[in-house]
Amino acid sequence: MVKSTRLSEGSVMELLELIPDPDIPVVSIVELGIVRGVAVDENNKVTVTITPTYSGCPAMTVFKEDIRELLLKNGAEDVEIKIAHSPTWSTDWLSESTREKLRAYGIAPPESNSSDSVPLFSSSKQKIKCPHCGNTNSRLTSQFGSTPCKSLWYCDSCLQPFEYFKCY
Amino acid sequence: MKTQEAIYQYCLRIADSNLILAQRLAEWCSRGPILEEDLAMTNISLDLFGQAETLYEYAATIKGDNATADSLAFLRVEREYFNRLITEQPNGDFAVTMVREVLFSAYQNHLYQALCKSNDEMFRGFAEKALKEVKYHLRHSSEWVIRLGGGTEESKVRSQAALNELWRFTVDMFEMDEVDEELISMGIAPDMKEINKSWMKTVTEVFTEAELHIPDLNNVIKGSNKGIHTEHLGHILSEMQYLQRAFPGATW
Ligand SMILES: [Zn+2]
Repeated sequence: MVKSTRLSEGSVMELLELIPDPDIPVVSIVELGIVRGVAVDENNKVTVTITPTYSGCPAMTVFKEDIRELLLKNGAEDVEIKIAHSPTWSTDWLSESTREKLRAYGIAPPESNSSDSVPLFSSSKQKIKCPHCGNTNSRLTSQFGSTPCKSLWYCDSCLQPFEYFKCY
Repeated sequence: MKTQEAIYQYCLRIADSNLILAQRLAEWCSRGPILEEDLAMTNISLDLFGQAETLYEYAATIKGDNATADSLAFLRVEREYFNRLITEQPNGDFAVTMVREVLFSAYQNHLYQALCKSNDEMFRGFAEKALKEVKYHLRHSSEWVIRLGGGTEESKVRSQAALNELWRFTVDMFEMDEVDEELISMGIAPDMKEINKSWMKTVTEVFTEAELHIPDLNNVIKGSNKGIHTEHLGHILSEMQYLQRAFPGATW
């Protein structure tokens, strides 16, 4: 049996960048900020620490399987996935280029920082920039969309519905 | 009471409440008044299932004995559940579901805010994440209750009737016993009297805006800390646990 060379943490990270979010395939799990740490021991056992997005996000199960499968195929002897509950995942972690990818995909990226700043019943007065035409002439149609992370909006300028990645 | 034992019990109180309310909200799936609300209620349900799972996993590590999140969720009997009684109340009409959501998500909002300062690291991590979610639930339900209260004669009557029916279950949410005493002394859990005050302020604000009257407390029903329930929990469990009872250990 040929002993494979030791994987580096950097190369594991590069591999993880290939794993897309199942619901938003234009961004990877690394860009989403789900991967919090990678460690490789002398036996090529890889430990990946991830943090959940939303508590009940069904994509988490998919992430775990995707990570395991990809790393085992690329030289890892064993894969352990640890869940970190702190610090809490936040949309503040999305980089400008990730936000641009979301916009190009037709999802308005989160605008203000964190969910804490929005008062109790004023979300309907919020104006979100339409990802299709760039106007802010929009209105909320539902706070909950096709996945837990998105709300539904309608643009009164280009008359198109769109999804907004909620601040979290 | 030992701290670990109290933490275990406290996990169950929160997780059971979330699980049972999640199960209730899931009953709206395909029955929502409009498609957006169908999605909203099932999304909220999903958040609550996720929150419950986090705490069941924590509880399972304390319990040991091969316990898992699933065994805690599916293999206990009625008297071993400690969910707040309001969470097991039937969905009724849309007004009942939304009023219940205001009452309970406002409670979660203030409870989780306090748990963000807990000396227990797991509770802190759980609460910081869950708080972000319940704020959306509170915003969603309070906006609806304000629309219903200020809507038609029919929607106003129904919303007021919902509040009149559910109000007596709110006392139960703030009951304390030796579990709370232990955790308060360790700086792990908050004094529910304080949570009660801030909760009352929030719900009063919502119901005032909705032009609904907070009723007098009559026929108060409580006992969730002791596993005492209304007649509804047994029916929920018989449906929720059916598969694991009929096919023990089934996985897929
Ligand atoms: Zn537009």
